[in-house]
Amino acid sequence: MNRALLIWRKSLNVVMLTLTGVAALSVVSVLFLILGYLIWHGGASLSWNFFTQLPKPVGETGGGMANAIVGSLKLLLLAAVIGLPVGLMAGVYLAEFGGQTFSFVIRYTTDLLNGVPSIVIGIFAYSLVVLPVKHFSTLAGGFALGIMVIPITVRSTEEFLRAIPGTLREGAMALGASKWKTIATVVLPAASGGILTGMLLALARVAGETAPLLFTAFSNRFWSPGWSQPIASLPVMIYTYAIAPYDDWHRQAWAAGLVLLGLVLLANLGCRLALNRGGNVRSV
Amino acid sequence: MASATQGKHPAAERIAPEVRMTEPTPTGSEKDSPLRFKISNLDVFYGPKQAVFGLNLNIPKSKITALIGPSGCGKSTFLRTLNRMNETIRNTRVEGEILLDGQHIHGMDVVGLRRRVGMVFQRPNPFPKSIYENVAYGLRVNGFKGRLDDLVEHSLRRAALWEEVKDYLKKSAFALSGGQQQRLCIARALAVDPEVLLLDEPCSALDPVTTAKIEELMFQLKDSCTMAIVTHNMQQAARASDFTAFMLDGKLIEHSETSKLFTTPTDPRTEAYITGRFG
Repeated sequence: MNRALLIWRKSLNVVMLTLTGVAALSVVSVLFLILGYLIWHGGASLSWNFFTQLPKPVGETGGGMANAIVGSLKLLLLAAVIGLPVGLMAGVYLAEFGGQTFSFVIRYTTDLLNGVPSIVIGIFAYSLVVLPVKHFSTLAGGFALGIMVIPITVRSTEEFLRAIPGTLREGAMALGASKWKTIATVVLPAASGGILTGMLLALARVAGETAPLLFTAFSNRFWSPGWSQPIASLPVMIYTYAIAPYDDWHRQAWAAGLVLLGLVLLANLGCRLALNRGGNVRSV
Repeated sequence: MASATQGKHPAAERIAPEVRMTEPTPTGSEKDSPLRFKISNLDVFYGPKQAVFGLNLNIPKSKITALIGPSGCGKSTFLRTLNRMNETIRNTRVEGEILLDGQHIHGMDVVGLRRRVGMVFQRPNPFPKSIYENVAYGLRVNGFKGRLDDLVEHSLRRAALWEEVKDYLKKSAFALSGGQQQRLCIARALAVDPEVLLLDEPCSALDPVTTAKIEELMFQLKDSCTMAIVTHNMQQAARASDFTAFMLDGKLIEHSETSKLFTTPTDPRTEAYITGRFG
């Protein structure tokens, strides 16, 4: 009886360990599969020209996506300017000031906003920014991405602020700091590493968005100076090139995917490194 | 109860009298009164729950008053009403009168009050900043304009930490040991030159050697700073304080000189508590 129980317990352990282990492994392998696939297909088309030249007209091979790389960066800058401050401050409100009911409503709406399909966000930005001026623009694309950044930033900011022990707040207030002063000089600096990481993840997330850009930023085969013209972006270029009937375009779409993933990984890595260097103060 | 009362601290005699940067400024008619705090009929509520009942207590100037009692008896709550820290908790209500140097603390600007009444918490809570910035924080918050360096050094000296950290002022406060962190928190509180220092179980997270250091520090400081300390450690109350107040279920049961309270308590509940029969 006891032996049977023992064998059952041990085999259950083995089975569960295997199941969870395989699941964990498949998570990692998916990323590496995607990366490997991108390198396999896109690596060959990746050249200096890809980063420096404009797309070639249909029929000619070669050319690059310099305008789309710059375009994606410009759109992300707009998204950051529009989305991050609102997200940060709303997160501070939720974590530090919010009452019970109102906070619940905000938190719930934020989660809903996070769940809104990105194409719907695109339609929203279209009717709000594109329709009044009657043409696609960088501004409209940045606006759509900015809206998507907000809910992610709000929730991650709130989480990281809540992780700061209340004793730190008490310590500051016992020295005569006002509530806002406490937040600005003690709580936010203490949580800054996490908050910045959250912001970066939010930007990385929207960097790959295609749907909200389709009828806001649209696309452009040339440079797009200023903020009021349609602009190319890597995800939209990937979309356009991947469904086109040309082999050369397919190769370029793979290369664009590789560049996009590489940029996101680089930004992530850079942020981690920067935080680790200044992080010895923060780690409790 | 092995090492009950040690009498005087061995270090207490060899400490040179401290020089204060500025004198505390007692105001009003109570100038010559030896009382720092005068508390009458204090009731404290958390929502519908009452935590402190009709408490009357005087805290004399330049003395150490210990508050003892079992967990949940309201002693921390009481301590936190003295610098209005309990106002940071939702739904707290305070009734009664608390006079600091003859002034109603609830009529005061809370920032000014907390500058005059500093606090040290149960667990060391240094800010995630450098040692220097930790001490300078209170000064900066209070808009101090002047040479911070001198005041930071002075405060660290008063907290008996200067010699240990003077070469590491730019290092993170988290690099310090628990006891050093707690002395840093004391230095931080002393930097704004408070008249009163409230200590909420400052040694409960520290080992005996470090605890002895903090108590030694309290001896040095008490001439320039009135102190009220909440402690669960009866030996600590007995050796480190001049007056002791015993609280039970939100009420003040007994308050007298420490030597008297620990040798001849008048209330049977006090006797039961200090002899370890409950709590």
